[in-house]
Amino acid sequence: MSTLKSRRRFTKWGSYILLSMVAVIMAVPFLWMISTSLKGSQEVYRVPPTLFPSELHWENFTHVLDTVPFGRFYLNTIIVTTIITVSQVVTAILAAYVFARIPFPGRDTIFYLYLATLIVPTQVTMLPLFLLISRLGWIDTYQALTVPFLANAFAIFFLRQFFLTIPIELEDAAKLDGCGRMRFLIQIMLPLSRPALATITLFIFLGYWDDYLWPLVVTNSTDMRTLAIGLRFFIDESGAQFHFMMAAALMAVTPIIVVFFFAQRQFIEGIALTGTKG
Amino acid sequence: MSSSTTSTTRTEGDSLFTVWRKPQTRRDLLSGLAYLAPSMIVLLVFVILPVLTALFLSFTSWEARSTDAAFIGVKNYVDLLGSGELWNAVRNTIYFSVLKISLDLVFALGIALLLNQKLRAIGFYRTLYFLPVITSIVAVGAVFRVIYNPHFGLLNGFLGLFGLPPQRWLSDPNMALPSVTMVALWKGLGYDIVIFLAGLQGIPQTFYEAAKIDGANGWQRFRHVTWPLLSPVTFFVVVIGIINSFKVFSLIHVMTPEGGPLNSTEVLVFYIYRLAFQEFRFGKAAAVAFILFAIVLGITVFQRRVIEPRVHYE
Repeated sequence: MSTLKSRRRFTKWGSYILLSMVAVIMAVPFLWMISTSLKGSQEVYRVPPTLFPSELHWENFTHVLDTVPFGRFYLNTIIVTTIITVSQVVTAILAAYVFARIPFPGRDTIFYLYLATLIVPTQVTMLPLFLLISRLGWIDTYQALTVPFLANAFAIFFLRQFFLTIPIELEDAAKLDGCGRMRFLIQIMLPLSRPALATITLFIFLGYWDDYLWPLVVTNSTDMRTLAIGLRFFIDESGAQFHFMMAAALMAVTPIIVVFFFAQRQFIEGIALTGTKG
Repeated sequence: MSSSTTSTTRTEGDSLFTVWRKPQTRRDLLSGLAYLAPSMIVLLVFVILPVLTALFLSFTSWEARSTDAAFIGVKNYVDLLGSGELWNAVRNTIYFSVLKISLDLVFALGIALLLNQKLRAIGFYRTLYFLPVITSIVAVGAVFRVIYNPHFGLLNGFLGLFGLPPQRWLSDPNMALPSVTMVALWKGLGYDIVIFLAGLQGIPQTFYEAAKIDGANGWQRFRHVTWPLLSPVTFFVVVIGIINSFKVFSLIHVMTPEGGPLNSTEVLVFYIYRLAFQEFRFGKAAAVAFILFAIVLGITVFQRRVIEPRVHYE
């Protein structure tokens, strides 16, 4: 009995050691980012590299803010991501309601067409879209960054699956009481779907917050760059000035990490939900 | 108003004409189409039409500088299949995908199994492992460029502690792609850990208790209980993982902006990007995009037809 107990304690400690080793590998790049962002221009190039800066150079951050319009990048990203998220959620609610509850001939064919758009990689549509956007004269505008993504079939499919789990008797009863379709959707269906709506909103937001290829292709001026693209050009232009690079990177990632700490449950449960139901 | 309650399933088989003649089913049709209109317009104009345009473009010789776009049939495809550039990109993409998915599967499942014991501080570990997932990909690429730097980087400094020679992680043609792949693994691991952990927690304890009574040891319990019951989750992780790996671009573009030494990190999407937006060879770029499409579609169909039937669903 005592050998079994000590063996169990042994595996427990072994697990902690292994998990901590992985934790170190996960944490080191973040710590290195913080450490480098505070180093002076001499210390960055010290061999072997120092783990802790000998003196803290907070002015690295002000240098970045003076060189590039970081606030503008943030604003652009927030504007673009918010427009896309709100529009995708609203259009998805409407479409999902039809696919779950309003039957008409040909509806299921349309549903399969919607699903078919999901297997098309965005890299295939990117070039014709770019040609269309430039023909419209939209290059370097918010339209270019948002309009092509105002609806998405994944959000529609996800919400439809959820709507189907809501008892149809509820709708029949509401109708008998003289409740119209739109009113039913807004006052009964949506409050019942709150967890699904939260999950899909988060997914859309995260998906476009860090979008890279499309904003890279359709923006030219510094003022229209999103955070990802602004950071990318700053990194290229700062050459090997690692302390500035890391100060900029840190400023780009901190807000989303703060949000993550507050909404952690929502993130992790949302992912677990799509993974196990997938 | 009150009579429309029973109309939910009946109309599916009816023709449009009969539907139109009944007021309540006509109302269903009209409001259905009205609710669908916004998403339908967007998907039609910004997905379906562009796909068809891309397909058409791939049969032309259109380049930005020339005004005439001659229809050249399958010549782009024939040229590509005979060119080293396409095969280089395909090889790099497969290398990246296979290396990333296989390591990801081993590490994500292993770590999830460790986390699934009754340990303290699981929340702490899970949060930490998940942090790279939500971190901006450009920031990740930037910090690893600093870590990988051959002269002043952390990694070579670390190797130096053990007297190991410094490596040119991103500028050696043999090292660049594996180096970038490791960063992609680092960034994506936490996501799959969360999915595996949810899968493990969904396996009823009674199975393990029954296996224990039958005298199954730890490995046998994993082999005969955990692994088969987890197979839908594993399947999901692998399918999504492979499809996403085939579309990898941003991390590679941030870490090796030129496609790596001797094009050693040029994956398929990178090749499309170079053809379309740096060399402005639109026809050829569209053809590569369709080759990517065909590969992704092929993988999806293969997985649905061949692998999914063997997956154990409850």
